[in-house]
Amino acid sequence: MKRTTFAMALVTAAALSGVGVPGQAEAREQIRIVGSSTVYPFATTVAERFGKSSGFKTPVVESTGSGGGLKLFCAGVGDQHPDITNASRRIKKSEVEKCASNGVTGITEVKIGYDGIVIANSKKAVQFELSLQDIFLALAKNVPAGEGKTQFNPYKTWQDVNATLPATKIEVLGPPPTSGTRDAFVELAMEGGCKQIGWIKAMKKTDKKAYKALCHTIREDGGFIEAGENDNLIVQKLQANSNALGIFGFSFLDQNADKVQGSKINGVAPEFEAIADGSYPVSRPLFFYVKQAQVGKVPGIQEYLQEFTSDKAWGEEGYLADKGLIPMPKQERAQFRKGAEELAALNL
Amino acid sequence: MSKAERIKAGLAHRYRAERHFRLYGIGAILLALGFLGVMLTVVIGRGVGVLQQSYIQLTLTVTAEAAETGDWQGLIKTSLREQFPEARKRKDKKQLYGFVSSGAGYALRRQVEQNPDLIGQRRAYWLPVSDDVDMLLKDAIDRSLPESDRRITDQELAWIDTLIESGALELRFNKGFFTSGDSREPELAGILGAAVGSALSLLVCLMLAFPLGVMTAVHLEEFAPKNRWTDLIEVNINNLAAVPSIVFGLLGLAVFLNVFGLPRSAPLVGGMVLALMTLPTIIIASRAALKSVPPSIRQAAMALGASPVQVVLHHILPSAMPGMLTGTIIGMAQALGETAPLLMIGMVAFIVDVPQGILEQATALPVQIFLWADAPERAFGERTAAAILVLLVFLVLMNLTAVILRKRFEQRW
Repeated sequence: MKRTTFAMALVTAAALSGVGVPGQAEAREQIRIVGSSTVYPFATTVAERFGKSSGFKTPVVESTGSGGGLKLFCAGVGDQHPDITNASRRIKKSEVEKCASNGVTGITEVKIGYDGIVIANSKKAVQFELSLQDIFLALAKNVPAGEGKTQFNPYKTWQDVNATLPATKIEVLGPPPTSGTRDAFVELAMEGGCKQIGWIKAMKKTDKKAYKALCHTIREDGGFIEAGENDNLIVQKLQANSNALGIFGFSFLDQNADKVQGSKINGVAPEFEAIADGSYPVSRPLFFYVKQAQVGKVPGIQEYLQEFTSDKAWGEEGYLADKGLIPMPKQERAQFRKGAEELAALNL
Repeated sequence: MSKAERIKAGLAHRYRAERHFRLYGIGAILLALGFLGVMLTVVIGRGVGVLQQSYIQLTLTVTAEAAETGDWQGLIKTSLREQFPEARKRKDKKQLYGFVSSGAGYALRRQVEQNPDLIGQRRAYWLPVSDDVDMLLKDAIDRSLPESDRRITDQELAWIDTLIESGALELRFNKGFFTSGDSREPELAGILGAAVGSALSLLVCLMLAFPLGVMTAVHLEEFAPKNRWTDLIEVNINNLAAVPSIVFGLLGLAVFLNVFGLPRSAPLVGGMVLALMTLPTIIIASRAALKSVPPSIRQAAMALGASPVQVVLHHILPSAMPGMLTGTIIGMAQALGETAPLLMIGMVAFIVDVPQGILEQATALPVQIFLWADAPERAFGERTAAAILVLLVFLVLMNLTAVILRKRFEQRW
């Protein structure tokens, strides 16, 4: 019994000493990166290679989502805040203002390349050939019914949307609204198809709010199914259900070419070259943002930027292309490399 | 009909009802076992492949010059070109170089650093190959598909077959999975970093939650008067046990990181957050254990003149300890599986280095599973399943400890 008492005392003492560790603010030795889960695979690849080859510590990369990352990034300057944030969309004006109000003023923007968003189905089914307008009509909550009028989406099968498409039920698995992929899909594919209709395009100028509500709202009657943030899961579900289509990033199509096929959009198949030269319509730029105040304070930021913007990383033959990043044209790469070297100011 | 006859008439029906009731129970158990069996077969079936990893044998000479400049990957490329001189075009060479993992150069460096005598000698080295080749060797890529649907071209297949025939490409035990941290290359990624991170977090969690929980339980059960205040505390503790774990993560972010300024992504903070989460479980289990000590023990001790503190420390606590430990271990097992609170304090992150202490950046086992499940490379599917197995082994060990403790020290009154 004495022993038990002793053990108790020991555990308590250890616990107290654990609490007693002070929150010392020693200088950070490695870069801290937060942000988009789409950029995460690329940023981590660069971080790992940088850590192995440069002698600096491997940067820590958190996957927080674009919005969450910018929020952390803009919270202030100092070692407790991240130095770099990844984003699958450009920084917003409101976010720049938020940053400035917390003392984060010098921000450098680096565009790293493109990501294609594909609409794919199982290899067991026929390949779809869609136009942006087909996508909008099949997936919008409200669709136009004659000039200036809308109705609840009545289309049940793809054939209802476009007579040349197969007569299978409209069933599209896609990411939830919290995902950057969803935002980009809505903006590029849905709105892209929506504004091809004359009177809706005219509405953009007269009533922007109604225009956005019409073009950006996805149907909720079962035609579009939110399948979670995990793209691997969507690929698996497509295999199981050959009638369904799925929306996900290009790298997952690249890795699963034996199971799923990408639909042609406006006649262009989602292939590496087609996304790179911009002929495939649904692709978005990816970025990261650097806090200038931390450059020189945290060791290795400049060298990390050099590694990321080198052709062996983000070039056409670079290792990021192997991971599914679509590289920018040469000129654009040169421009952003220069911007990263000189820590150019953000220009919205 | 007399009473006895009525009872007799209903007997058959009552027996049948009882038989059915028992069958339902057995059915429920069988169903649960069936699900468990399916889950285990699937996970083990997918994850067991990780035990092996493909390696390629390359014959090369590490020159002093190459060791100086650090051009290890260059040495490997030269050796590959020597083996397949027909690859002259740029595209062919790129495919050929793609055989070996991007970490092969570092693997070569490690071997030479451990044994500097190797410099200048021409000899064979076993080096890791890329994930695509590894998947082919493990039959995860179907050779019969048309070339455009495979990640391995016909040319590459021909080369790989030559290598396999000459015995220069084979599956070997995958030590790296158990000895290294995370990586973006599936063939290099290991579980050790996450396992150490989880262990450190749980250690901090235990150190905080166990003494606090036991003290609280002892005070509430043995010393505190029964009044409105203690009732309020009790209700609050019971409520806390039902709070979603993400809330504790938010609390950790607001208090531990922003107010105390503790480092982000550290197991210390992870452990503190998990401790908050496990405290209610420990308190409730400990109180139940204390309650189950019969009053006769207490009265006997008091009758012999023991003070209240002596009664608690010498008699009640030792008798209740097995129950308290069981509750603690179950709480810890729960904490081991948590990801949500860790997201808020930055432990859902890509961390290559294996953590050395509670203030260093770390991730945890369930987080590693989550991150790998999200990766596009197919080879990560196998790693995900293997990581789940590692987590399950941890859980089984912890629960086993709880069972053994209970069996060995439990006292029956």
